[in-house]
Amino acid sequence: MLRYATRRVLSALPIAFIAVTVCFFILRAAPGGPFDSDRPLPPEVLANVRAYYNLDQPLFMQYLLYIGGVLRGDLGPSMSSYDFSVSELMAIGMPFSLQLGLTAFVIATTIGVLTGMIAAVYKNKWPDYLLVLVVMIGVIVPNFLIGALLQLWFGVYLRWLPAGGWVPGSWAHLVLPVAVLSWAHAARISRLMRGSMIETLGTNYVRTARSKGLGERMVLARHAIKPALIPVVSYLGPGLSYLLTGSLVVEQIFGLPGIGRYFIQAALNRDYGMVLGTTLFYMLLIIALNLIVDLVYAWLDPKVRYR
Amino acid sequence: MKFTTALKAVALASVFSLSFGAVQAQTLHMMNGGEPASLDPHRVSGDWENRIVGDYIEGLMTEDAEGAPILGAAESYEVSEDGLVYTFKIREDSVWSDGEPVTAGDFVFAFQRLMNPETAAGYAYLQYPIKNAEAVNAGEMELSELGVAAIDDKTLEITLENPAPFFLGALTHYTAYPVPQHAVEEFGDDWIQPQNIVGNGPYTPVEWVPGSHIKSVKSESYHDAENVQIEEVMYYALDDLTAAVNRYRAGEFDILTDFPADQVTALGEDAAVAAFQGVHYYVMNQNAEKLQDVNVRKALSMAINREVIGPDLWGTGEVAAYSWVPPGTANYVEDAFQYEWADTPYGERVEEARALMEAAGYSADNPLKLTINYNTNDNHQRLAVAISSMWEQVHVTTELSNAEVAVHYDALQNNDFDSIGRAGWLMDYNDPINMLELLRSDIQYNYGRYSNPEFDQLLRDSATELDLEARAEILAKAETIAMEDYAALPLAFYVSRNAVSPRIEGFVPNARDVHRTRWMSKSE
Repeated sequence: MLRYATRRVLSALPIAFIAVTVCFFILRAAPGGPFDSDRPLPPEVLANVRAYYNLDQPLFMQYLLYIGGVLRGDLGPSMSSYDFSVSELMAIGMPFSLQLGLTAFVIATTIGVLTGMIAAVYKNKWPDYLLVLVVMIGVIVPNFLIGALLQLWFGVYLRWLPAGGWVPGSWAHLVLPVAVLSWAHAARISRLMRGSMIETLGTNYVRTARSKGLGERMVLARHAIKPALIPVVSYLGPGLSYLLTGSLVVEQIFGLPGIGRYFIQAALNRDYGMVLGTTLFYMLLIIALNLIVDLVYAWLDPKVRYR
Repeated sequence: MKFTTALKAVALASVFSLSFGAVQAQTLHMMNGGEPASLDPHRVSGDWENRIVGDYIEGLMTEDAEGAPILGAAESYEVSEDGLVYTFKIREDSVWSDGEPVTAGDFVFAFQRLMNPETAAGYAYLQYPIKNAEAVNAGEMELSELGVAAIDDKTLEITLENPAPFFLGALTHYTAYPVPQHAVEEFGDDWIQPQNIVGNGPYTPVEWVPGSHIKSVKSESYHDAENVQIEEVMYYALDDLTAAVNRYRAGEFDILTDFPADQVTALGEDAAVAAFQGVHYYVMNQNAEKLQDVNVRKALSMAINREVIGPDLWGTGEVAAYSWVPPGTANYVEDAFQYEWADTPYGERVEEARALMEAAGYSADNPLKLTINYNTNDNHQRLAVAISSMWEQVHVTTELSNAEVAVHYDALQNNDFDSIGRAGWLMDYNDPINMLELLRSDIQYNYGRYSNPEFDQLLRDSATELDLEARAEILAKAETIAMEDYAALPLAFYVSRNAVSPRIEGFVPNARDVHRTRWMSKSE
């Protein structure tokens, strides 16, 4: 298993390299540059700025300089934020995005698994219908709309919770963003869990367990949950990366200092360094998560073997 | 069990938010728009940065509550007879927030740093009226040749290239702010990091969380500190205007520096909409074959019903523009230019425009084909759609093409667009030259590449004219020429949109849209 993990990590490196390369050249092919705005810079000034960011070099040279920097752990300067380097911005935004994403992940997964189970056990009875209804809202309504509505209800009308912003250490500020972020995720997990649980409850070994005289609770706890979780786990990796990258809309609405927001702003400003830095981060994260998911399979499903 | 936890969460949260609400007595919460690119006055370019930077550094001149220039770090000034030499006395009690005195040397250092090509200050050209500034900025002259000199520690002499009646106003701009030489020399580019930063203004930044906010606190060493009432300012970076309005209504913001146009009625009396010095216009590409005929350009301009733009299309009451220089601009003539057809009823104007187009050979079967390029934005889109239907009446078919802002302006600057391009200009200082320069031949933001030697000559003449009234006449003549040439197509004059909570006093809507925190106070 260790060998498998090592091999996966090593094979991730060329993928990362290719992704950064593609991203680098696509960015440069996009029209407009980091210093285009409605107030053009005088040519002499523009020349100075471009030289400062190595933009006066041939494109391939810029690419080599960038890759060289990344290998040394230097993500370069941000072109739209003069006072922070890309690494500094990432260091500020990453803990926040991770905190937001992971909190949403834990909550959404717990709720999703529980509601999915309940819906499966009470298949085609009212708890099932109710849960499916709530879940469908999370799937259908886009998160920017849910965000704005929750902001209105809880922030403006009821005034129970802050409508946005971030005060370090205050989890009250996290409640609404986490709710918005986790809703859709919980919904997907719940649907997966319901389907797979219904299937599991119909299998032979569950029937055997019941015929041994085990109570329904024991059947669920000992025999049904673990196999029913397998499809859910395969979704968790992509799901978590979705939560971490998908937080950008939530960060935008609630005015939170996460990297999702930096990413959007950087793309609009053609802040090359920042776009590449955040892309690199997201990519490594997704690769790492997929690896973890594959390893968790082994624990859940005795049929999976790693070589 | 899950439900009780959730209930507890909500209950606790409400306690938190209540206690949060109680501690903000003298804190101003301002929705400030974009994320600042920097706090260094030589590296910023946006009004959202100006709000922060202008609260922590004070120039020789600063703005009063109405945005008009008043003495700031200077206690007095004298102007020489020929209008070329300004001598400023710097206040004895003007100090940096670390206790060091503000000296004339700090100003000399700052102006040289601004013009140093290595600083790459995008806005340096605003101080080009200073002697040799343009040459120094282009790297053709030594920094020491810049026309700014320290006579002694508290006396500063600024020499101009030409007399400039707007110069005192230009000194309120952040490009003219002093920077603390001792701190910049000690920390280099890091002098604006919150742990190093020093200012001479009413507030000092103490915290910066990118993507969230900047926090500044009142500086006790500021010379007018006893009259500064707000103790703490939070400048929030937030681009989502709908979310901003929600948070304003939740009581989390005291001031919104912008809001979606359609919220103006919902905000009621809190909405502060004021005329603002700037113009929304359409660039007409003078290099485009199909726009060579001045009568075609005239017909296009006449066929636009400007009266509906502000009140109906956008809903925020922008004023229809029949001239290039916004009304009320300082140092200008009373009865400045206005199109003579401005008061003609719209129906008649369309008739006339159609006749012009037909004379130029266009008809319903042979329409003029134009493309309107605009930067992606709801308002710009609505306008483009409306104008294309107005133009349909005069045998014009239009195609709409939008791009994000960087791409759009890149194309405009390179004159790389079919025929019509949307643009806007906010005046940097209150003087007609700032508007008219946009149509000068050799300037980069003359997107349409309008060129008329007579117009250019008038602008040059105005630069050397000492008599203010004569200068105003020259500039008015230039405006008339450019407008009769249909050099560009002015549409509407800007308005500024702020929402101000009734808790805030001292916020005066003004044409510069500058509202320094030191003039405001907050009651619960």
